Amino acid sequence: MARYDAERVGVAPWLLSGPALLVFIALLLAPLLLTAVLSLNLFSDTDGVVPSYSLGNYLEVFRDDYFHEIFLRTGGMALAVTVLCVLLGIPETIIIARMAPRWRSLFLLVVLGPLLISVVVRTLGWAILLGNNGLINDALQALGITEQPVKMLFTQVGVVIALTHVLVPFMVIAVWATLQRLDLQVEWAGLSLGASRLTVFRRIILPQIMPGVLSGSIIVFALAASAFATPAIIGGRRLKVVATAAYDEFLGTLNWPLGAAIAMLLLLANLIIILGCSKLAERRFKQVFE
Amino acid sequence: MHKNGFFSLLFHALFVIFIVAPLVVVMAMAFTSKGYLSLPTNGLSLRWFRALADNHEMLDAFGLSIKLGLASATIAALLAIPAALAISRYDFPGRGAVTGFLLSPLMIPSVVLGIAFLRFFSLAQIGGSFWALTLTHVIVVLPYALRLTLASTIGLERDIEHAALSLGASRWTAFYRVVLPRIRTGVVGGWMLAFIQSFDELTMTVFVATPGTTTLPVAMYNQISQTIDPLITAVSTVLIVGTLLLMLILDRMVGLDRVLIGEGK
Repeated sequence: MARYDAERVGVAPWLLSGPALLVFIALLLAPLLLTAVLSLNLFSDTDGVVPSYSLGNYLEVFRDDYFHEIFLRTGGMALAVTVLCVLLGIPETIIIARMAPRWRSLFLLVVLGPLLISVVVRTLGWAILLGNNGLINDALQALGITEQPVKMLFTQVGVVIALTHVLVPFMVIAVWATLQRLDLQVEWAGLSLGASRLTVFRRIILPQIMPGVLSGSIIVFALAASAFATPAIIGGRRLKVVATAAYDEFLGTLNWPLGAAIAMLLLLANLIIILGCSKLAERRFKQVFE
Repeated sequence: MHKNGFFSLLFHALFVIFIVAPLVVVMAMAFTSKGYLSLPTNGLSLRWFRALADNHEMLDAFGLSIKLGLASATIAALLAIPAALAISRYDFPGRGAVTGFLLSPLMIPSVVLGIAFLRFFSLAQIGGSFWALTLTHVIVVLPYALRLTLASTIGLERDIEHAALSLGASRWTAFYRVVLPRIRTGVVGGWMLAFIQSFDELTMTVFVATPGTTTLPVAMYNQISQTIDPLITAVSTVLIVGTLLLMLILDRMVGLDRVLIGEGK
């Protein structure tokens, strides 16, 4: 153990965090840099990875319609999932917050607990529900709503539904965190001064939970855009997203440099969204609240 | 806040059904007596759980995932404790950068991590071993261990520790007997969360797992991408029940709301 009783700053913090930092430099920073280098290499069917350097792989991704479609589809689905999580997550969190403490902790467990259950298991449930012979189609046909089964498995709609289920707890967590800081008396103040419930929600509650909604949206969008298991299982082989496309380049066609370029673009987009939007939200809400 | 009205409760009921439906369906289908995926219409059968008990592939994968979770969570906790003390006790130049760096795996898509590790292992030629896989999991789960440990080390008063030191305790004794007991909940909670994250990890592992190091999520994913049979619902049922038990323990020990919601603070 290092000298953590010393109040003045010396080498102590570096000795303490050193082991973790060394592991991260060797096993996180180095692999990421190697992948960045790999993305600049070229690939030939006969020689494999060719150690020459160019932006060829990036140009291919930018030029090829095949990749345009994949990136647009991924972004579109992530956006749809984010909107659904906002529309479902905000009301549900407010409803839970209004419950008696006993029910509140129970339902918080019910809604957030699935986060700890494997994504594979949760996605499997949706694969079973959404199939042509799945329970939803059985119910629709039994009720006479449709005669032919509605195709949901291997469609974007199916992926969006399953991803919303997987990610909505993150929205609930984010909104819950801001709701805890909200002074509930202001709602009564608004109502007693004659505002309608809708006005109270729109003018009083919503602006105050907005930072939570935004940070929740950023998390949900970033996770939806880089999701792998759910689009792979529900979307199938043909409905590709960025993550599954990178996977196919690596383990299917074995074009590692191209796969590495896709991965670098995904990483870059992710960091821009997370860091960029957080900064933007911070600046905007500083003006509102300070 | 005012009470929930009828429509609020209706929305809530539908939302809860939406959340639990896929899990309930998986568990129900595991009890079928038929050879294909179906609801158990003529009584519950344990046929597929018996089949699971004889399936060495799944059992081996399960065993490997448990070992991997134990090893990576423990290493992550051992690295996270001193790092958390450094971050919470010293205002040193680079403190923010160190914290950001150690939490950064949370911001990197798992696919990217998987690709980076695969490239690294193929160059270093150390892929396919249990310990190589363990180290990749340490990177992925350390942020979870660090956040919960940090939550308990930040704001920890140092009077008792100083008293122990001035009374002649060694630094190690002061840490072991005074500091550690008081950050125990954060360390244990962080360890458990790290274990669960490692046990459930699929996307990164799918890239670096080899036939000899197939974890349970990877084995399940490979199975599901070919065909969905009742066996896989039986495995899933065991996982759901196991996770529920872990959740209860976690709730008793640390408070689940603290693990899930307060982890960012």
